[in-house]
Amino acid sequence: MSDTPMMDELEKGPWPSFVREIRRAGKQSATARDLINILELSYKDKKTHWKHGGVVGVRGYGAGVIGRYVDDPVQFPGVAHFHTVRVNQTSGFVYNTKGLGEIMDIWDKRGSGMTNMHGSTGDLVLLGTTSEQLDPIFTDISQKGWDLGGSGSDLRTPSCCLGPARCEYACIDTLAITRECTNYYQDELHRPAFPYKFKIKVAGCSNDCVASIARSDLSIIGTWKDDIRIDQDEIANYVKGGGIDIMKEVVMMCPTQCIDFDGTKMEIDNSNCVHCMHCINKLTKALRVGTDQGATILLGAKAPIVEGAMLASVIVPFMKLEEPFENLKELIEALWEVWDEDGKNKERIGEFMERMGKGEFVEAVGEQLADGECGIEMTSQIDMINHPRENPYIFYDEYLEEEG
Amino acid sequence: MAEERITDQGAKDYKEFLHPVMVKNYGQWKYHEILKPGVLVHVADSGDKIYSVRVASPRLLSTVSIRFFMSVADKYCDGFLRWTTRNNVEFLTDKEENVELIIKAVNDDGWPVGGTGRTASNVVHTQGWVHCHTSATDASGIVKSLMDEVFEDFTSENLPGKLKLALACCLNMCGAVHASDISILGIHRRPPKVDYHLLGQICEIPTTIAACPTGAIRQDIVDGVKAMKIIEDQCMFCGACYTACPNMPLADALNDGVSIWVGGKIANARSKPGFTKLVVPFLPNNPPRWPEVIDAVKKIIQVYKDNGRKWERLGEMIDRIGWAKFFKLTGFAFTKYHIDDYKLATKSYNMSAHVRF
Repeated sequence: MSDTPMMDELEKGPWPSFVREIRRAGKQSATARDLINILELSYKDKKTHWKHGGVVGVRGYGAGVIGRYVDDPVQFPGVAHFHTVRVNQTSGFVYNTKGLGEIMDIWDKRGSGMTNMHGSTGDLVLLGTTSEQLDPIFTDISQKGWDLGGSGSDLRTPSCCLGPARCEYACIDTLAITRECTNYYQDELHRPAFPYKFKIKVAGCSNDCVASIARSDLSIIGTWKDDIRIDQDEIANYVKGGGIDIMKEVVMMCPTQCIDFDGTKMEIDNSNCVHCMHCINKLTKALRVGTDQGATILLGAKAPIVEGAMLASVIVPFMKLEEPFENLKELIEALWEVWDEDGKNKERIGEFMERMGKGEFVEAVGEQLADGECGIEMTSQIDMINHPRENPYIFYDEYLEEEG
Repeated sequence: MAEERITDQGAKDYKEFLHPVMVKNYGQWKYHEILKPGVLVHVADSGDKIYSVRVASPRLLSTVSIRFFMSVADKYCDGFLRWTTRNNVEFLTDKEENVELIIKAVNDDGWPVGGTGRTASNVVHTQGWVHCHTSATDASGIVKSLMDEVFEDFTSENLPGKLKLALACCLNMCGAVHASDISILGIHRRPPKVDYHLLGQICEIPTTIAACPTGAIRQDIVDGVKAMKIIEDQCMFCGACYTACPNMPLADALNDGVSIWVGGKIANARSKPGFTKLVVPFLPNNPPRWPEVIDAVKKIIQVYKDNGRKWERLGEMIDRIGWAKFFKLTGFAFTKYHIDDYKLATKSYNMSAHVRF
């Protein structure tokens, strides 16, 4: 009889098995072997056996490493320490075998051989090592040109979709923006000094393949201001091809009913287009995003803890984003300035904006930006909301006194 | 060490990790097509093409398997590969003839190809009992059990539209499951169990009090000894205190379990992005295969297959047919827990006479 019957069960079936992965690593690593053992015990006890430990890290950084200890190090010495190292991934999660191989070699030498490709925020996560190995791992990856990502109350590792590297929908250079935000703000990323975490994600279009609107405090989503480009010949080819019912699957599914189609020719009322991407997604050969491209910037997404979950909401309806992205940096720094000044400990910027009121918040950020060099004007705009307020509890800034 | 310490280099330059065809046609892509589930071709203005083969992974990967992926990339993709937001591996090649060779190579080592178009996605998920101290359930085991059962919905386009699946093992939601088509969410149901006497001796009291986001931990004196007490009504099971104080474990085998939520969405296509809504408030942890959870999710997928219109996401379908019908079709019980009682709860009340009979 196996010591790990439940783990054995999860090696069966057609979907790739995480148990097989841990066992593959276990051929070389006692840590991975004890990971299977502790997991079997968790399955038996129906609860976790991990404790959060003291502060661990690498010299000079306050972020990038998460400490983890097992609750019974005597029985499970292999996972007595099971710390995580967050390696800053590349923009768009792209690798070549040489670069990836460097990290694999270091990790086989100094850790469990287990990874997360990738963590929820985007880092390449090395899963399971000891306190003694942390600094050597950092030295080794540094010498190969890699660095650690964020953790704690800091700028978390920015991430993005594959953008213009492979996608015709990309309205902004997601990869360049992400790398610039990462490398320009290294101090903010490695040395936590914010009220709480701050995540940046960059999506090339509103399909949002990187889930920025749900998962990042600052969500940068590519869009365009001019007209959707239509290739009428390709529309005709779709009609001839018969693979798609354009009327039913495209025209009638447009959320603002802004498409006219007479069976051969397509016209779009671009002034009523909300840039949802549905028609372009369906007719990839015939329709293309416009050429006056930039981004809509949204603020405040977060998971439930503490004040409830939020999706990000519009803070700048449209902004041109071109290298070296000085206007974006100015905006980011203005947001941080206002949040840093009055944000409470463990208050995400979305919650802070809610507490302050979006109108007041926008005004405060606008005041910061007024001194900037990029000439960004930020005032209350109707695209920031779904509809004007419904309640009459208006906090008027001032009232008139009778003269004399 | 004699060498100077290198810090703050930041992210490596992605340009050295892009396939040459992607470098050449950067920002010059014209259109793409899904050739079959898991296989994309992107065509550039220049006429160049890049093929992508999408391969499922359990996110937890050994260096052994990553080295296997590297060997496939070296053989067929000029050494280039990438990962997706949903933890798939993508092999990129400009040679059409390599597509089937890549598929065969990965299939032979047990890796399925799919996850594009109208399929069930790979499951975005968290660490669970593999690594996390606040988890209310395991992540990898449920994901494995679910995907074994709905395997063909990943490899074939069986569904009305995209179906994005996610799992988070507690309310901290490292996987941000609050905006997926179907979300599985681990839940704790009781505040930390603590030995009040030991508390003040083992843990630093001010640090622990400060760790609680809702101020539910107060200083106390029990039998003349400094201790802490928890205002249980204010605890929302986040585990932040356990991070500060190992004597406040939150995990509780009797009360921990799983809830199921549906109808969220991130893409802006057609309808606006939106949150998931509760359909099953509690199911027990029943490892290794969580049969109750898998049954519930399969029921939801079947209702979507039977009732969804082409391209319609699950939440859009429910908006069209109504929640009452969705509960009827799935057979889930509607309870008081389904009615929101937090901030802005009134926004979810039915303030109309719109009722379907």
